[in-house]
Amino acid sequence: MSRLEQLYQDMILEHNKHPRHFESIESPTHTAFGKNPLCGDEYHLSVEIKDNVVFLIGFQGSGCAISKSSASMMTELVLGKSVQEALQIKEAFLTLLMQDEAGTDRSLLGKLMVFEGVKKYPVRVKCATLIWRTLEAALEGVVEVSTE
Amino acid sequence: MTVLNSSNDLDRIRRDFPVLSQNGLVYLDNAATTQKPRCVADRLYKFYTEEYGTIHRGVYQLSQQATDFYESSRETVRGFLNARSISEVIFTKGTTEAINLVANSFGRAFLKAGDEIIISGMEHHANIVPWQQVCEATGALLRVVPLQDDGAILMSDFQKLLSDRTKLVSMVHVSNALGTVNPVSEIVKLAHGVGAKVLIDGAQAVSHVPVDVQALDCDFYVFSSHKLYGPTGVGVLYGKEDFLNRMPPYQTGGDMIESVTFEKTTFAKAPARFEAGTPAIAEVIGFAEAIRYVQTIGFDYIQKQESLLLAYATAQFEKLSGVTIIGTASEKASVLSFSIEGVHPHDIGTVMDDLGIAIRAGHHCAQPVMKRFGVAATARASFAFYNTTEEIDMLVMGVKRCQELLA
Repeated sequence: MSRLEQLYQDMILEHNKHPRHFESIESPTHTAFGKNPLCGDEYHLSVEIKDNVVFLIGFQGSGCAISKSSASMMTELVLGKSVQEALQIKEAFLTLLMQDEAGTDRSLLGKLMVFEGVKKYPVRVKCATLIWRTLEAALEGVVEVSTE
Repeated sequence: MTVLNSSNDLDRIRRDFPVLSQNGLVYLDNAATTQKPRCVADRLYKFYTEEYGTIHRGVYQLSQQATDFYESSRETVRGFLNARSISEVIFTKGTTEAINLVANSFGRAFLKAGDEIIISGMEHHANIVPWQQVCEATGALLRVVPLQDDGAILMSDFQKLLSDRTKLVSMVHVSNALGTVNPVSEIVKLAHGVGAKVLIDGAQAVSHVPVDVQALDCDFYVFSSHKLYGPTGVGVLYGKEDFLNRMPPYQTGGDMIESVTFEKTTFAKAPARFEAGTPAIAEVIGFAEAIRYVQTIGFDYIQKQESLLLAYATAQFEKLSGVTIIGTASEKASVLSFSIEGVHPHDIGTVMDDLGIAIRAGHHCAQPVMKRFGVAATARASFAFYNTTEEIDMLVMGVKRCQELLA
């Protein structure tokens, strides 16, 4: 696979075209707005936490294929997980993309490993991590986050 | 002067830019910054290795010679702009600093509550934010000439905003995001008609069109070296001499004073008045070399080659389905902003990069322009006289690759 094909893997392209949970949810308990001012990526994330579990999740907004597919796959993966589990996955994902991959708990990431190719495009790392920063902000009660 | 018109000339010109011979590089981000000819790099190297000294203060030979080089660079810029006098040429860090200088000096000294500043809807952030700051400080009001669908402004819209409250008009000569060339002569005439001063932001213009500040009659003209094939870190503020000397200094310190005591300081006249501290000496000298290089190529050749490239690229892009050109004004410089249906500009940038094509993807520091056209960002290819139609063919292939992969 070329470097570009490693970046734009089929799963990423498919989620970009058909993002999951690409909607606002009715009664969110946690929301945040994430933006990447340099690229213009912008997503509103809303989450309903019930009994410490991600009961409902949805996102809306616009951005590049990497940020949108990352958002789509994030919502799939954290749905039904406890807040602690969701935050653990977030940590593992950020470690995968931003630090030495040896420290990554790959078992938590599953399908998210398709984003490994983004590492070779340092300027695109913030696209992939934007929604995870937004999730972190929402769960911690921060209203707005920027990956500048 | 040599007449340049054949493809041999283009080959020869390309050889002047060492980076262009790098395998597979297609450099189409000239509106962001231009590549440097070897003569500019050589000039910097020679100055730093054989001739380096400070200016305006040393009594020794090296310093006197450096001063001569620096001041003769001012003369080169004067000639390039056809300014009346070298006192009208102030070296700054760049266009942004030149605008901030005028905003802080002229703005804070001469503007008061109720006065109005007019800009256009296509300005770069550097020609918006300094005026917003001045308005906040003085109570003046910022008025904006709206953009038409093709990315041009209507003189009738501009006239509607002009009044005796208008104290300054600050307008871009050529839009970096859209390529639109503004009718600056007419803008200056109309603004002077109500007694307003006029600043023209020429950052994007000076590499494409010859500028004659006396014919234009603007009060200020600003631009950067790095977009004119010169070093980074240098820009120019041209201003009419009598007015410059009535403006208070922007920064104070060494080299800009007449005399200093603990009780009182008197300031030097322009240009020293506005050049506090040790300037970018080597870069100014390299900048003059870049201007001489551009003058050797000549604007006849530059404009011929760049309009050929723009026309060719526009025609190729119009044939592509799912591709929209943003900025279609009748007067345009060689800037092609575009969007591809279903593909985000940043993905376009990455796919292009994979093919060795350097273009810009983003809001081009002109977020109000993006908002006007209802997009978060665009992809932008911008051409210089060293680009070729073969490179545009590569760009078109890149667009098709984006569509195959992502649309």
